[in-house]
Amino acid sequence: MRVEQISVFLENKAGRLAEVARILSEAGVNIRALSLADTSDFGILRLIVNDNARAKEALKRQGFTVGKTDVVAVEVEDRPGGLFKILDILHRADVNVEYMYAFVQQSGSNAVIIFRFDNLDEAVKVLQANGVTVIEGERLYAM
Amino acid sequence: MMFNVEFETLPREALEAIQLRRLQAVVERVYATVPFYRRKFDEAGVAPSDIKQLGDLARVPFTTKQDLRDNYPFGMFAVPMDNVVRIHASSGTTGKPTVVGYTSRDIATWSELMARALAAGGATRGDIIHNAYGYGLFTGGLGVHYGAERLGASVIPISGGNTKRQIMIMADFGPTLLTCTPSYALHLAEVAAEMGVDFKNLKFKAGIFGAEPWSEQMRLEIEQKLNLQAIDIYGLSEVMGPGVSVECIEAKKGLHIFEDHFIPEIIDPETGEVLPPGATGELVFTSLTKEAFPVIRYRTRDITSLNPEPCICGRTHVRMNRVSGRTDDMLIIRGVNVFPSQIESVLMEIEEVEPHYQLIVDREGNLDILTVLVEVGEHAFSDEVRVLQNLEKKISKNIKEYLGVSVKTKLVEPKTIARSEGKAKRVIDNRKI
Repeated sequence: MRVEQISVFLENKAGRLAEVARILSEAGVNIRALSLADTSDFGILRLIVNDNARAKEALKRQGFTVGKTDVVAVEVEDRPGGLFKILDILHRADVNVEYMYAFVQQSGSNAVIIFRFDNLDEAVKVLQANGVTVIEGERLYAM
Repeated sequence: MMFNVEFETLPREALEAIQLRRLQAVVERVYATVPFYRRKFDEAGVAPSDIKQLGDLARVPFTTKQDLRDNYPFGMFAVPMDNVVRIHASSGTTGKPTVVGYTSRDIATWSELMARALAAGGATRGDIIHNAYGYGLFTGGLGVHYGAERLGASVIPISGGNTKRQIMIMADFGPTLLTCTPSYALHLAEVAAEMGVDFKNLKFKAGIFGAEPWSEQMRLEIEQKLNLQAIDIYGLSEVMGPGVSVECIEAKKGLHIFEDHFIPEIIDPETGEVLPPGATGELVFTSLTKEAFPVIRYRTRDITSLNPEPCICGRTHVRMNRVSGRTDDMLIIRGVNVFPSQIESVLMEIEEVEPHYQLIVDREGNLDILTVLVEVGEHAFSDEVRVLQNLEKKISKNIKEYLGVSVKTKLVEPKTIARSEGKAKRVIDNRKI
């Protein structure tokens, strides 16, 4: 039930983000979701792409520092209260959310949110036990 | 203003006779009591009895910072530890500091020299001295402190930091003499202006500034902004501390070296040849009266020249000109000596850090800022901002703990720090002093 996210270290210099986009475009990689965490000195770009291996190789070849993290894609009801329901389940089970961001594609009529948890296995277990749909990696990349 | 008129105005012949007598005594003593010196002398084929005139000093081998490091911590002390009443330390080229020691007579000598230095700036027992040099292992704070007490002046041992509080103390206590680094003096002026305190309303007559290089332009700026006479002081802990030489307020043109206690030489840093007066080269000192930690022909790595011209102040001791550079890569950051290799050894101990770093030195406002650039390799990288920020903090904290200097750490992308064959360009100094 894991989704592989690619993270890239970016200095806060003009054009770094555009450079990443250019490299991925030339490698024929499609970005499905992204989130950019920034501090005053640097940023961490988190990406869900359709071809992890190709993306990593292309970026590393151009000198970027690339990491790989396991995250979880969760179906969230696309109506008021949808997100709260998920977060409440996690909170009661004492599972922490490190960060989260939305996925571009909907799953049926549901929104899809990418979560990074402090305890991934526990999170997946708890969500599924409460009837929440967790989307598998292979399915997500192809959505 | 002179603290010790008799010795500061000794005719050259008398001064040199005293130097020779003291030189012979110290050479004999270190040969007998410090294995390091005995070995060095024996290897060079020089015996203490070979010193028959001052020129014979040129036959004696040099002492370097590396020698001090090899004998860390107390290997070069010439007296038993029981007789050592004070230990000071300053930056070494690696993680270990340079350690020096003092007997109570050494402290008395040092105090006398610092009293002379303060008097050269016009200070008397009636002055109140605001001492913002750092107190601690650094020789600056306590050096000035003991000199002030010896002079009989009233010293405020405020040390560095807490600038707003310092300005309040200045306004309330009315000190008449300021002692601190030149860049801190300008910083005090800036903060005072922000607080609405005008130095024209304070009681400072003069300031004695040192521990880092500064230019004539900076002197004019300090004098104008702080409304006082600014004079230069020089020293290094290996030779004594501050008080090895000082400018006289009468001429403000070169620093008088207290030649009854130190013999200066200027050498060619490549060949070691002693250069004639007026030539620029590396400054070397031999201490004549220190008991616990005598130094013979110690290479300071400072570049300057000697000026033997008689001075209008009446002192007969030779002057050295402003230090114009270093023969090594040592940096002075806010008055603290920093060797790039020290930072390197701290970084190497942090496992996430790649062996690629660079130091950028800027002066913002009037304070030096040292930024350490560290490349983020895959080993160090994380998807979480917090982890990287903690790494930055850890690097800065370790450097602060080992070197005593606060730095800013900046993580950069890999391969952005230029690689070069041979010596990497580790330091980019953007300051224009």
